[in-house]
Amino acid sequence: MSDVSPELNSVSLAARITRAAKVARWYARGVVGADAYDRYLEHHTRTGCDVAPMTEREFWRDKTDRQERNPTSRCC
Amino acid sequence: MQEVDSEVRKLKTDPDLPPVAVEEPHRMTGPSKLTFAIIGVLGAVGWFMIAIVRGENVNAMWFVFAAVCSYIIGFRFYSRLIEYNILKPRDTRATPAEKFENGKDFMPTDRRVLYGHHFAAIAGAGPLVGPVLAAQMGYLPGTIWIIVGVIFAGAVQDYMVMHLSIRRNGRSLGQMARDELGPIGGWAAILGVLSIMVILLAVLCIVVINALAESPWGVFSVAMTIPIAIFMGIYLRYIRPGKVSEVSLIGVALLLFAIVAGRWVAEHPTLHSVFTLSKPALAWWIIAYGFMASVLPVWLLLAPRDYLSTFMKVGTIVLLALGIIAVRPTVQMPAITEFASNGKGPAFAGSLFPFLFITIACGALSGFHALISSGTTPKLIEKESQARMMGYGGMLMESFVAVMAMVAAVSIDQHLYFAMNSPVGANGGTPEKAAAYLNSLGLVTPGGTPLPPADPAMLAQAAKDVGEASIIGRTGGAPTLAVGMSEIMHGVFGGPAWKSFWYHFAIMFEALFILTTVDAGTRVARFMFSDALSNVRGLSRFKDPSWTVGAWISTFIVVGGWGSILVMGVNDPLGGINTLYPLFGIANQLLAAIALTVVFSVIMKQGLFKWAWVPALPLVWDLAVTLTASYQKIFSSVPAIGYWAQRDRYATALAKGEVLAPAKNTQQMEQVVFNSTVQGVLSIVFAGLVLVVVAVAAWVAVRAVKAGGLPTTEEPDTPSRIFAPKSFLATEAEKEVFEEWKAAGKMPVSVGTHHHE
Repeated sequence: MSDVSPELNSVSLAARITRAAKVARWYARGVVGADAYDRYLEHHTRTGCDVAPMTEREFWRDKTDRQERNPTSRCC
Repeated sequence: MQEVDSEVRKLKTDPDLPPVAVEEPHRMTGPSKLTFAIIGVLGAVGWFMIAIVRGENVNAMWFVFAAVCSYIIGFRFYSRLIEYNILKPRDTRATPAEKFENGKDFMPTDRRVLYGHHFAAIAGAGPLVGPVLAAQMGYLPGTIWIIVGVIFAGAVQDYMVMHLSIRRNGRSLGQMARDELGPIGGWAAILGVLSIMVILLAVLCIVVINALAESPWGVFSVAMTIPIAIFMGIYLRYIRPGKVSEVSLIGVALLLFAIVAGRWVAEHPTLHSVFTLSKPALAWWIIAYGFMASVLPVWLLLAPRDYLSTFMKVGTIVLLALGIIAVRPTVQMPAITEFASNGKGPAFAGSLFPFLFITIACGALSGFHALISSGTTPKLIEKESQARMMGYGGMLMESFVAVMAMVAAVSIDQHLYFAMNSPVGANGGTPEKAAAYLNSLGLVTPGGTPLPPADPAMLAQAAKDVGEASIIGRTGGAPTLAVGMSEIMHGVFGGPAWKSFWYHFAIMFEALFILTTVDAGTRVARFMFSDALSNVRGLSRFKDPSWTVGAWISTFIVVGGWGSILVMGVNDPLGGINTLYPLFGIANQLLAAIALTVVFSVIMKQGLFKWAWVPALPLVWDLAVTLTASYQKIFSSVPAIGYWAQRDRYATALAKGEVLAPAKNTQQMEQVVFNSTVQGVLSIVFAGLVLVVVAVAAWVAVRAVKAGGLPTTEEPDTPSRIFAPKSFLATEAEKEVFEEWKAAGKMPVSVGTHHHE
């Protein structure tokens, strides 16, 4: 890295921090399950379904309703 | 290098698609051999320092070295052996997540995200509590069991069960048991799972109650989690739907505020008495809460609290790991104490074998995980081969949490540890009586010299430091862990004035996990119960989950089940933890026996007789442990160990009109007789159910050997059309395949799931 000019270094540092923040956000959202709607929409677009996708509000209602019917366990 | 490359195979399932799987020889190159050699040496040094050198000042860092290096070696070699010789995952097969992808429950999820998700689902209060209690036998036996146990038993169970479930459309353990063992084995397994869940929930509640009784600060901050969760639920449903991270951050901030505010409540004259609750009162509150929480809509309480609990869980565990590394505490407990051999430990009775191995369940081998490894995670996993990092690797992480709990417990003052972990019936409850009791125990330092006499003032001061009226007789593990955590964390953040904050922080997060488990567990048990009930003639309506009356009836029965054991436990003159914790451990380990039995049967059916020892080894060990423990609990003539001996002793005395300590009156005598009867019956039921399952499995195995293998219920192969790497880091060949997908203008898996490769 020594042959890179200081200028370039600072640019890449900023870029690296932004990237790290993005990765952290992506990871946290994924683990908690906050990205569920984005993924549902993506799936909906990709599979090219004719029916309009659920709105965000509808989706989260539907999600908790499904949890109601299929409870999952948490460990001790 | 060319030679290695030529052996890499990139497999396609469709000529028009880039490869969907990469098979690489697992030959070790020079640099990786060196790396593993160094890891091996470091681990050996760690073990040498804690097991052989010992001495007066053992540093907790050696635990971290011994554990982490052993995990890496175990993961690299033992899980690889299982993968290569037994499970043989094939990434050309679609997983349930890919096959049934619906954008909702079935969804291929980035392996690193899913690892976090799986870990958050398996880790709870269990790995934090067991090691704390087991510390009474010294740090060494428990640590060895946690690390060796996870490598050869716990992680093996989780990994293999997950693989079986992936090959069976993500079916649950109960269903797999029914499919592979037939109706009798299957029914015994389901009844076993159901009754085991009831005892698990009851004991977890006792752990919470022991931490919160007579503690207005704790009661207030834990009670506040309910309105906070409800607020989050309403926010997510009506105000800003789907803003999960946002509301979770608000929730965590409110939670921290509730912990701080707890001090004001504890110091306020009126509020102090409002939030000071006795054990029986708390038991009834928790029963009412458990019932309400599992009939209220999911969105209002369960879903938001789950988010909160995930945040707190991951955050706190990272914090504790950083704290241990920063503070590097010195161990106060000897490697092995007297209680390992004489069986007279105050936290739980009985000798090292078998009772240590049932006390530490989660962290070394946890049957409960089989319920999560089957069902939930297979519906989200991208590739069959990822089950190794998820199942085996996820359990290693939980084991590390258990090691940290052990470190926290053995680095607090021994007098404090034993004052907290002996029942009030034994230690007298006041600092003076407790100090006298501690001096009678004959405690020694890690180096073997007798400890100086216990100082009552120290016990009183320790309670004051953490903002409690008393910490004597606070059994159950959670308060001890909280003291250990506050000792470690105040050294990093905030100094001595923050001891009480960290103590209540730890209590709060343990209570949060446990209450989430109680709520989710009651729901799962309710579904299992109504499902079982619907098979009875005339009760088929119970099959319909949307039938409110049925849901209420089954919830009532399930809550009644664990609630009655809970009330029994909190009123037990002998101490609820002391009498019920063994039953909890036995139950959890018997669940593991059921899971391992199912795995063993499948391996036998597949004709892999040569490798059947891999699940058989932990199974035989687990059966030896649990059945010995059950046998002693049922047949031992020592009243402190055998439930029936206990019953006889008290019943005989009661008939003569005598009162035996620690019971104080006839009513308490009757309580002991009643409790030990119930506990004795439960021991017999658990052991009986497991023996049925094992007998059926043995019969299946014999048939399989005779026939040279039997058909299993594995689903047929569906070709995969997605690509993802096997483990945390993509290999060179896997990166090349990514480039091929990119060049073809296609996404290897869905866009939303796979950034930042």
